[in-house]
Amino acid sequence: MRTKRFRPDVDVAPWKGGHAPYDIIKEGTIALVVVGLLTVMLAVVFGSPDEPAVTIKTWSNATPVDFAMTALSELNQTSGTAQYGAPYNTASTGQKLGPLELAKWVGARVPVNTVRDFVINPLKSLPDQPVLTADLRQWSTASTSTRDQWIKNYTKASTHLTFVNGQVTDTANNVGPVSVFINDLTQMARTGALDQALVTQSGFYTTNFTLPLLFLADGSYLANLALHQHLMGDQWGMMNETGNYPGQAWLWLYTFWYQIAPFNSSANADVLVWGIMMALSVVLILVPFIPGLRSLPRKTRVYRVIWREHYHNTAQ
Amino acid sequence: MSYTDIERQWTTRLRRRFVHLLPPEKLLPDTQPTYVSSWIYVFGVTTLAALVVVIASGSLLAIRGPQWWHTSSVGHFANSLHLWSVEIFFFAMVIHLWGKYFMAAWRGGRALTWMTGVVTFLTSIGAAFTGYVSQTNFDSQWISTQAKDGINATGAGAYFNVLDMGQMLMWHIVLLPLAAVVLTGLHVLLVRVKGVVPPFDEPAKVNA
Repeated sequence: MRTKRFRPDVDVAPWKGGHAPYDIIKEGTIALVVVGLLTVMLAVVFGSPDEPAVTIKTWSNATPVDFAMTALSELNQTSGTAQYGAPYNTASTGQKLGPLELAKWVGARVPVNTVRDFVINPLKSLPDQPVLTADLRQWSTASTSTRDQWIKNYTKASTHLTFVNGQVTDTANNVGPVSVFINDLTQMARTGALDQALVTQSGFYTTNFTLPLLFLADGSYLANLALHQHLMGDQWGMMNETGNYPGQAWLWLYTFWYQIAPFNSSANADVLVWGIMMALSVVLILVPFIPGLRSLPRKTRVYRVIWREHYHNTAQ
Repeated sequence: MSYTDIERQWTTRLRRRFVHLLPPEKLLPDTQPTYVSSWIYVFGVTTLAALVVVIASGSLLAIRGPQWWHTSSVGHFANSLHLWSVEIFFFAMVIHLWGKYFMAAWRGGRALTWMTGVVTFLTSIGAAFTGYVSQTNFDSQWISTQAKDGINATGAGAYFNVLDMGQMLMWHIVLLPLAAVVLTGLHVLLVRVKGVVPPFDEPAKVNA
């Protein structure tokens, strides 16, 4: 009969040494009390951050021209959301993991049409606006080429957009209803009505903030606030949080990849980093079965520090 | 009903199997091998204790709903408890994980114990992340609008929409904590079944 070879990184010899008293309930109780007290102490001393949420109302009042330009980018479909691709639309292929177009394959399952959802539908929700109603009718009955020409003319003149006496003013000609749309949407945003119109498009009760968050992210206001809070991608981004708090420090490795080449300049950075992290996670799970990796603990002998007392006693 | 009928019952079989696998003296031991003597062992039980405080403080927040902590000093304190218990939880869990790596704690048929531990760690990252994006404040706005690109790039964003606060909150307070607690329970039971991994066997030094 063959005896099985002893593999030191897989097998253990049966313990033939002694045992010591061990009170598992007492240990758990002490740990709970200590952790509870430590938590209370940290909460009392440091508290927690709670920077109020940004609204489209605060954004459009603080920087109305930036808001108007973002609204225009939704209408002429040059915004980040309009150009995004899946899951919002089919405007681009999206990121690729080698030959794999994962997002594109899954498709636009959270459909967002920036013209309809960010501009036309909110404007339609405004009551008792005869001029706007006529303009919306003009828009809906115009041909696609006419609409494109209006938007093109307005976009060309948009570098001269100003905000004077509470109105968005422009110098554009032959723009159809576009001037009214941009100005009225800005007015609507400044009252807070656009915040509500974007979340209530799917009914009275809603907990889905996809539309207002995408609109906010398309402008530069949110990003500028984040920059001042040291939350940008090249500032170790989303693992941080506002103020001097540790944030999601456990995401350090995920965030680390974004700081180095080629990921910090790759158009496919997100899917590449996710690919790496998924692969590393699988490796971590399967460590017990990976030769070499499972031998490192034995070879580095860090265990001698951990079981210092045991080895000291057995050497006596 | 005959004795044989009772023996064949699913309940009887399951109880027998459970007691055989995990007799009371293993489930609640009163002795440990003498090698279980190191500060590293503190971090396993600290992680468990922190998990209890995380769930307790989260439950406190749940009583008055997701917006309460913005307008109440008591609610804000409950949020602070939740935040710091999560920080302690991850701090302890990461040290526990590295400690177990350098102890090669998968030896002696304990691979499943290691694997459930790592999966619990990954699940906990998801639980914490969904908490960060459902805070309903500036942090959640920024983190969700940044994180969407990574998740969307994998195709998962079509089903796991980080901009949908309702979906994220449900994952945060129901699905992921449930998974983390079940996995933790399984992990602890496996530790009790297999016992704590013994040290590497080293030949004793012979003094001349």
